[in-house]
Amino acid sequence: MERNQMHKHIFLMRQSFFDQGLLDDQFIQLEELQDDANPNFVEEVVTLYYRDSSRTILNIEQSLEKNPLDFNKLDNYMHQFKGSSTSIGAKKVKAECTQFREYCRAGNGEGCMRTFQQLKKEYAILKKKLETYFQQTRQAGPSETACRPRMN
Amino acid sequence: MSITGQVLRRNLPENVEVFDDSPSGSLELHVLAVDDSVVDRMVIERLLKISSCKVTTVESGTRALQYLGLDGEKGPVGFDGLKVNLIMTDYSMPGMTGYELLKKIKGSSVLREIPVVIMSSENVLARIDRCLEEGAEEFLLKPVKLSDVRRLKDFITRGEGKDSGERINHKRKREDDYASSSSPSSPSSSVLSASSSSSSASSSLSSSARLSKRAKLRNKD
Repeated sequence: MERNQMHKHIFLMRQSFFDQGLLDDQFIQLEELQDDANPNFVEEVVTLYYRDSSRTILNIEQSLEKNPLDFNKLDNYMHQFKGSSTSIGAKKVKAECTQFREYCRAGNGEGCMRTFQQLKKEYAILKKKLETYFQQTRQAGPSETACRPRMN
Repeated sequence: MSITGQVLRRNLPENVEVFDDSPSGSLELHVLAVDDSVVDRMVIERLLKISSCKVTTVESGTRALQYLGLDGEKGPVGFDGLKVNLIMTDYSMPGMTGYELLKKIKGSSVLREIPVVIMSSENVLARIDRCLEEGAEEFLLKPVKLSDVRRLKDFITRGEGKDSGERINHKRKREDDYASSSSPSSPSSSVLSASSSSSSASSSLSSSARLSKRAKLRNKD
């Protein structure tokens, strides 16, 4: 019974990610790529994303300290970051990226900085939630029904 | 008509061999994927492997050309000896863009026969047109989906086998070429739509489908 409770909990957790707009369909696309031989594919991609993008975040941070701001450079960094955020289905993070790029194009440094703070927040929240999700999923082990409930 | 490695070798020039007779006996496409994003390389590799393709990933156009042996004019045989049947490249990359890579490949007598697909996160019509005009087989919007890869694989494996001579050279097709070309009738209107996954895998990409694909991309959001 304990195990079923765990699975239900995880199921609801996952559902909340979509309900709250943290993740989009791309995350489900990644889940579709998991199988018995590659049961942790999504976690691997997400881990890689956080490792790789931390460098980009740092680059952006440093660039935002420069005076005057190089909006072209900032936009390029953000294009990269948006790309990989899109690839893992990080919906809210992606939205902040888009906003940031708009401010870059408008040459609005204030807007960039504000948006970047928000972006980092969303980025960190998602990281924590996904870490918990993957950890609990592994603890719970395989469920009786298919691991990927089809929810939109 | 059964498509075997033997038949293809007779009908097509040496460097357009579609099926690689691997030791296991299975016929698999070998795809070279080019993308500067490590996350995207991981995803595309998985998409391709799940679709039973052999995959080699590289991080830049320069590396891609090195792998293809363009410098030494050895032909599309990678360093590990496997012929490349399809190249999928990201458009926006530092250094050499996907477009520049495409031009280099289509400009090479030994490599031009390899189909090239461009992937991009940005739906820019001028960019799409430019790539198609330069000879790209397809322009996929990122994030690339499993349905995109499956459709692509179908197109590459069927198209090359059936009408071998017909669609290999796409370079510089002008508008009047589209009007006059007679391609096999293809009832499906959304052959290779870049966004939604269409389940019908038509055997050939007719030029009208390519135009309708442009219209589809134009209408997208």
